[in-house]
Amino acid sequence: MSGVLLDVERIRADFPILGRQVRPGVGLVYLDSTATAQKPQVVLDAMSDFYRHSNANIHRGVHTLAEEATAAYEQVRLEIAQFIGAGSPREIIFVRNATEAINLVVQSWGRANLQPGDLVILTEMEHHSNLVPWQMLAAERNLRLEFIPVTDEGLLDLDVYRSLLTQSPRLVAFTHMSNVLGTINPAQAMIEMAHAAGALTLVDGAQSVPHLPVDVRTLGADFLAFSAHKMCGPTGIGVLYGRQALLEAMPPFLGGGDMIRRVYLRSFAAADLPHKFEAGTPAIAEVIGFGAAVRYLKALGMDALQQHEQELIAYALDALGSVPGLRVLGPAAAFKGAVASFTLDGVHPHDVAQILDGDGIAVRAGHHCAMPLHDRFNLPATTRASFYLYNTPAEVDRLVRGLDKVRKVFG
Amino acid sequence: MISMDDMYREIIVERYKNPQFRGELDPHDISFEDENPLCGDHIRIDLRLGEDGHVTEAAFSGHGCAISQASADLLLETVIGKTLEELQALGKQDVLDLLGIDLGPVRLKCALLPLKVLKAGAYGLGEASDSLVED
Repeated sequence: MSGVLLDVERIRADFPILGRQVRPGVGLVYLDSTATAQKPQVVLDAMSDFYRHSNANIHRGVHTLAEEATAAYEQVRLEIAQFIGAGSPREIIFVRNATEAINLVVQSWGRANLQPGDLVILTEMEHHSNLVPWQMLAAERNLRLEFIPVTDEGLLDLDVYRSLLTQSPRLVAFTHMSNVLGTINPAQAMIEMAHAAGALTLVDGAQSVPHLPVDVRTLGADFLAFSAHKMCGPTGIGVLYGRQALLEAMPPFLGGGDMIRRVYLRSFAAADLPHKFEAGTPAIAEVIGFGAAVRYLKALGMDALQQHEQELIAYALDALGSVPGLRVLGPAAAFKGAVASFTLDGVHPHDVAQILDGDGIAVRAGHHCAMPLHDRFNLPATTRASFYLYNTPAEVDRLVRGLDKVRKVFG
Repeated sequence: MISMDDMYREIIVERYKNPQFRGELDPHDISFEDENPLCGDHIRIDLRLGEDGHVTEAAFSGHGCAISQASADLLLETVIGKTLEELQALGKQDVLDLLGIDLGPVRLKCALLPLKVLKAGAYGLGEASDSLVED
């Protein structure tokens, strides 16, 4: 099997790191893209070229370099708006990562709008980044947090969601795609239901935007958070998308340079969108690199990418199913992205990961920043293999052979 | 870089599969538990002391990887007969000598969790700190 629409061998050649050996004679099998994706040469070049050729601080500079840097930075904002179907680049706020995007919504929208007793609906499958910020504000404001349960199959229990919606929630915040189960949640339907109940929605797109075609207008999302580094871009840069009317009504998050219209000794007037939410010198080179990553993914096509990953996860679930004592969490391939978190009888995930590393296979072991979800399945930890556009069925085969070795060591 | 075969020496896999000091002591004179926030590994250590203040019995419980479990089992084997002052004096190198392997920073945390728990208990601390196992 190979991607029908993606030329994976050619794609692999775009990623210098995939050519490295982990140790002499042992090639890298990178199955940890859910934690962070590898970067193609075009992203590395874009950042390096920026520093070699155009580096300057953005906005307010009059000289040529500052103009080039500003134009490149703002051009990326426009391309990202188009990539996710936003109505305007003013709806794209550059932040450090999806975590910071969620914190921005909690601290700005949440503080301005939520009163003691107000209900926010989350889910049991959230990454800590979409739990802890809400817990922090809930403790301070005495908010009510309720959670859509996860079924044994790893799906959200929408019947419970329906009944929670009758309790006048102010906002529903949920992950579009679970970083552990791989579950792709029915975001569009969940958003429609939330809106019908008078609630706003925040979608954690950290896993979905890198792996699926995501269009905010089709979804109807009020807020969408995602990170560049999980979609072939650099670390340290991410996006909060927000509907313009909402963002305009929200108070600033961080204060400082670049987010103001006018400053007096004792007061300030905030800048217009999107700058109101971008205090201080941003990660300019990272934004430029992010732009190159988005262009790269767009050229390949997100539909083709998703199809490749669908084929790969179906193949992987099949292959992993042949390993005795191995159990994969989450739903069948048709309901999930290319993530396989699993347990292996009698072997701790740390040990699985360590032995696989001996064969150059990079997987992740632990709770994957989703401790409540692991509690739900009564597991302290799992081993997670995750796949992206550059992974192949041959790498799945190597994973399975590595797991045979693990079983031998602990046999 | 340590090889896989070195890390999973026979003694480590053997102690993981057949620990000699696994269990809980009730009653006990000292009990302490803590977890590794990176991976959720959890270890509790119970000690009984004789009238002269020496450790007479020791047991560990909880869950974790082969490295942390073997480390706990090998460590408790050495604490019998020791005083609390002697436990407080144990360090990182003592654990590495017991395991007979060298570890990178991530797995070192697994290996040192039992020592951290043991020392926090020996000092009667309310909370364990990484500084207990840094040489």
